[in-house]
Amino acid sequence: MGDEVISVRGLRKSYGGREVIRGIDFEVRAGEILAFLGPNGAGKTTTVEILEGYRTRDSGEVRVLGEDPARGDARWRARIGLVLQSCAMPPELTVGELVGLYAGYYPHSRPVAETLELVGLTDERDARCSGLSGGQRRRLDVALALIGDPELVFLDEPTTGFDPSARHHAWEVIADLRALGKSIFLTTHYMDEAQALADRVAVIVDGRIVATGTPDTLGGRDHAASNVSFTLPPGRSLGDLPEEVAAGAKLDRELVHLTTREPARLLHALSGWALDQGLELNDLSVGHPTLEDVYMRLAEAPEDAP
Amino acid sequence: MRSDLTRFWRNPQSRYFTLLLPIVFLLIFAAIFEGSTLIDGRPVKLTTFYVPGIMTLGIISATYVNLTVSVVARRESGELKRVRGTPLPARVVIASRAAVGIAVAAVMCAVLILIGRIAYGVPIPVGSMPGLVLAVVVGAASFCCLGFAVSSFITETDAAAPLANLTVLPLYFISGVFIPENQIPELLHDIANLFPIRHLAQALLISFTTAEGTGIRVGDLLIVAAWGAAGLIVASRTFQWSPRAR
Repeated sequence: MGDEVISVRGLRKSYGGREVIRGIDFEVRAGEILAFLGPNGAGKTTTVEILEGYRTRDSGEVRVLGEDPARGDARWRARIGLVLQSCAMPPELTVGELVGLYAGYYPHSRPVAETLELVGLTDERDARCSGLSGGQRRRLDVALALIGDPELVFLDEPTTGFDPSARHHAWEVIADLRALGKSIFLTTHYMDEAQALADRVAVIVDGRIVATGTPDTLGGRDHAASNVSFTLPPGRSLGDLPEEVAAGAKLDRELVHLTTREPARLLHALSGWALDQGLELNDLSVGHPTLEDVYMRLAEAPEDAP
Repeated sequence: MRSDLTRFWRNPQSRYFTLLLPIVFLLIFAAIFEGSTLIDGRPVKLTTFYVPGIMTLGIISATYVNLTVSVVARRESGELKRVRGTPLPARVVIASRAAVGIAVAAVMCAVLILIGRIAYGVPIPVGSMPGLVLAVVVGAASFCCLGFAVSSFITETDAAAPLANLTVLPLYFISGVFIPENQIPELLHDIANLFPIRHLAQALLISFTTAEGTGIRVGDLLIVAAWGAAGLIVASRTFQWSPRAR
């Protein structure tokens, strides 16, 4: 396929007799953000490092920008940008010096000032790398990944350890990358991050891909039963509720939880009852299972090992 | 290359330990020990002995010790791995780090020779300058190779500086760097003779003590270069870009 920037078929990798990648298939299409999700130890980092050319594979077909990453040369490296999991900055150099230095490594680099502006580090240009905060370092990392004007960017847990506002800022930067037409392979263990950014999600558990899809359809999320919850009115018990509401209800402190495939009918019964009794239904909410709910279900029920 | 140099200069450990220590050592040794010693049966002023002796220390600090520490630190912090992910060829990364070591070693030597001349009247060995320059370059390059080799075996950043120093400090004492060789017991002398430090010290010393010739000690330089070549082979087989400690 011409518009696939990454394609993986039957990838396997073992360490010391233990198979950590057990034959996975997926692809990243040009211009999309694929979020690669999975619990720690599921094989995320091993997979990313094989794609980046840092590790060799045991078997399977892997193509990144049309080439085998195990044999990637300088020309291939110039077309990809990396944000590795741990960020290491030479403490002795300033932000501007470091970004300028990396610009020299690439044949068609972006302007330093423009790249610093993109990640919001313009004011830190003359600061030593050693004096940056965690979030600023990570943004510098992103700047280094972008300075070569790559077609494909790997982001390995780019916002781990960020406070909420820094995370939202980072998301804006990543969304801007997509607007520039970059393809992005993002690993994360934050569901809200995948929900906010990804065009598609792949979930890896125990060395296998257990689900792929858009954030809204992953694991049949769009067809799943709705969740309804509300606070039990004071002085009432589960037994006081109409029969069809009480049937599947679970009480968690004061909060009543229900799942239903017919939310309209259930809500009609529930609100009719409340109006009859002259009660208000506080904290009433209706929704699909969140991406996190789906992910937890997938991550906790790994398929049996062969 | 230029950024490696900038980083060397801005790193306090490099600046004080590598650049200042040899100068301090020269001043202290020259202040404590006076008089002369016998070298190859001829009396030589002790200050004339200490200038090439401390040059040996300066070369090894600037190359072997400093390079080992910085390579381990950059590997363990993930910085080398990051650079490996760019189109920059590996040989450029290696060569520029080695070139900085050699350049700093050369500057150190020039400074030590000038201090020797101005403070102690140690004559600058003009006639045997070719031998001196050759010894500095061969020594610096060889100890860079050894630094790359040793860095592969040190897994922790904090351990790099003590381990690198541990491998060279005892040898300084028995290799005619701190103490003239005629005061060193036979057995220790034989041990020192196996390692490159004594041979580098000898190759440097001869330029200051011989009046005639180019001052090239081929035998000693070959032994130093052989150690360097061995280091290069070990380094090329064991060098790692990704962090070792987990």
